Amino acid sequence: MDSVRSDRNGASSRIPVALKILIAGGFGAGKTTMVGSVSEIRPLQTEEILTGVAGADDVGGVEGKTTTTVTMDFGRITITEDLQLYLFGTPGQDRFWFLWDELSQGALGAVVLADTRRLADCFPSIDYFEQRGTPFVVAVNCFEADNRFAADAVARALDLDPGVPVVLFDAREPLGARNVLIELVEYVARRQLASAGSR
Amino acid sequence: MPADEMRVAHDWLDHDAGPVVRPYAMTQGRVAPTGGEFDMMAFVVATAADVQPAGRLQPEHHAIVATAREPIPVVELASSLDLSIGVVRVLLGDLRSAGLISMYEPPAAARSHDVDVLKAVVNGLRAL
Repeated sequence: MDSVRSDRNGASSRIPVALKILIAGGFGAGKTTMVGSVSEIRPLQTEEILTGVAGADDVGGVEGKTTTTVTMDFGRITITEDLQLYLFGTPGQDRFWFLWDELSQGALGAVVLADTRRLADCFPSIDYFEQRGTPFVVAVNCFEADNRFAADAVARALDLDPGVPVVLFDAREPLGARNVLIELVEYVARRQLASAGSR
Repeated sequence: MPADEMRVAHDWLDHDAGPVVRPYAMTQGRVAPTGGEFDMMAFVVATAADVQPAGRLQPEHHAIVATAREPIPVVELASSLDLSIGVVRVLLGDLRSAGLISMYEPPAAARSHDVDVLKAVVNGLRAL
């Protein structure tokens, strides 16, 4: 919180804290809808080199290498002037896994969106965050009333670790998406307190 | 590396490539910033209000300096300027080498994720 910079003139201005939350889940699970319902959504392009990234001195160029353009959903929530929350809708396709490593680096946590009609679609995201140790909550997007499953049934079906929150919500409702984020941040805080207490 | 040397004809930009200039053409094919990588959440601040007309700077360099008068994260720059993150990184590397911007890496997660910060986030979200 206290990163204050001093420039050459001795003046200083505060560098805000920007926290990163990832919104993951299978294709069509509602990632874009969720980012858009709770923040001002904008596209973010990444152009990545898929093979052997050369060093800075290599001006040989990218000819012959494969680049791929991935457009992610990206949104900002301003908490205070000094505290900003950034949401990233993670690219769903398997071939973009390499992007996840950077996205999850230093991330506060993740929301895994689950669609009960295709629950298996969110397995890869859950595996990924479990392996990285990134805290996550599972948010079950209830598109239709008759598709509602009890949260604990979903938790069992996904074989989640005890304590991982499962929230039922509607990604189209701003308050629904907001409440999922609150659930995530409170869960991260509980984990922090628990790990501080066990030291 | 003199800029002129890098502005060689890109024979891979042929008819098949279509009318679109590929993103890394803007960086003369360079894919990594000089002076090392930085986090996509790092904040960028221009060190001077004006950039002296410098022959080697491209319009995109000027646009970055103009957009970074106030601290702004790399991702936000990329999105505002409609450039890919990879391209913005290379251009930021140039500007950093020229002393025109300062970069501030995000604090370690352990510091920025402390419980007081998290409480502030929850309160802020409730107020939305």
